Amino acid sequence: MINSERYHRQMILPGMGIEGQQKLSNAKVLVIGAGGLGCPVLQYLAAAGTGKLGIVDDDLVSLSNLHRQVLYSVADIGKSKATSAASKLEALNPDIEIIPYPFRLTNQNALDTISGYDIVVDGSDNFGTRYMVNDACVILGKPLVYGAISKFEGQMTVFNMPGKDGQSGVNYRDLFPVPPGEMEVPNCEDAGVLGVLPGIIGASMANEVLKIIIGFGVVSTGKLLTFNALTNSTYEFILGDHSDDYIVPGNVDAFMQANYDWNCALPGAGEIAGKDFFKMLQNPGVMVIDVRNRGELPIVSRFKHVNIPLDELADRATEFTHAETLIFFCKSGQRSRQAAGLINEKFRDGKLIYSLRGGLNGLDQQL
Amino acid sequence: MPLTVSLFGQLSDITGSNIIEVENVIDTNSLINNIKERFPLIKDNKFAVAVDKKIIRENTLLTEQSLVALLPPFSGG
Repeated sequence: MINSERYHRQMILPGMGIEGQQKLSNAKVLVIGAGGLGCPVLQYLAAAGTGKLGIVDDDLVSLSNLHRQVLYSVADIGKSKATSAASKLEALNPDIEIIPYPFRLTNQNALDTISGYDIVVDGSDNFGTRYMVNDACVILGKPLVYGAISKFEGQMTVFNMPGKDGQSGVNYRDLFPVPPGEMEVPNCEDAGVLGVLPGIIGASMANEVLKIIIGFGVVSTGKLLTFNALTNSTYEFILGDHSDDYIVPGNVDAFMQANYDWNCALPGAGEIAGKDFFKMLQNPGVMVIDVRNRGELPIVSRFKHVNIPLDELADRATEFTHAETLIFFCKSGQRSRQAAGLINEKFRDGKLIYSLRGGLNGLDQQL
Repeated sequence: MPLTVSLFGQLSDITGSNIIEVENVIDTNSLINNIKERFPLIKDNKFAVAVDKKIIRENTLLTEQSLVALLPPFSGG
């Protein structure tokens, strides 16, 4: 039963009515990533009365999220984003079904998770997930509402939208066939992001979801929208046809066996986290290197280390000659992975080389 | 007449500007080679190329009026 008072202001819109509201009530939308983009998407879709909302996120709320991830408050720090978001949204709209998935989406669980939904929204924060979600949506024939941000700029479009002719619209790989190399593109933690930017892009993504469900307006498929928050300049780029330059795993088996975790693939070097990191500090011959820039916060005093910023590393590699084990760290674990890869190429098999997975952020969450 | 090229995201961090001018190029391949020579760090980046607001995949002839844009992928969410 539709609560016509709650939805009155949108039900009186042309093209909406009780039929449009009923379509919303029947719709099932999966939002991947409950971060800067996911928060506004979830808020508007819950408020509008989307019948079933799934929230996938394996991350925990941290203080540095709060300037842009507007569903969370100080009391949520250290708690699961998926479950915290779900409880906020239940308070906003108890008439809809909200399902948190507080785990990482991988190619082993993605098809099962996505198949119960009509529309997928990608607000994730890494390329491994973005390519994997794209391929899963292509295999399952689901429209994918895509948004991505960097510093002051955002991109938005709808991929894999089923057309009237039965053909699927272009997908992420038609625009970017090959995933970027290791660390080619900085994430929000390492590059920074203006808090309001994901609000603007995320609200625009929620708008696309509503248009797809209700069937009014023009869905932004086949064109990439870009927005610059500093200049307010917007562009629309026409995406053209499907490309022949890439391969989406053609079936479920190929998808399950594909390697989407290339970001973690560090040939010759490894990643360590939390407990293992502190254990390893006890070993002789271990050198710990902070590859953040000088003066970057927080200041680390919990363990002995030296500071060699990433861009000086290649020139100062001789300083590592006597160490048997090198452990690099930074804020998020991204620059330190790059450092581990770089130094590993120099020393080859001569040393054990590690990057602290999740960086200082990861340690903070465990302590 | 130089061609105007718009750069997005981290590409504009490399060039120091979101608009650069490129002289004496006849097609997108020569334009991209020219930019990579001037800004070697761009070589390490993947990006989509648009001519007159349409994403292209193959080498495309340019005129003095062509608007070229280079768009890298973003991962942030």
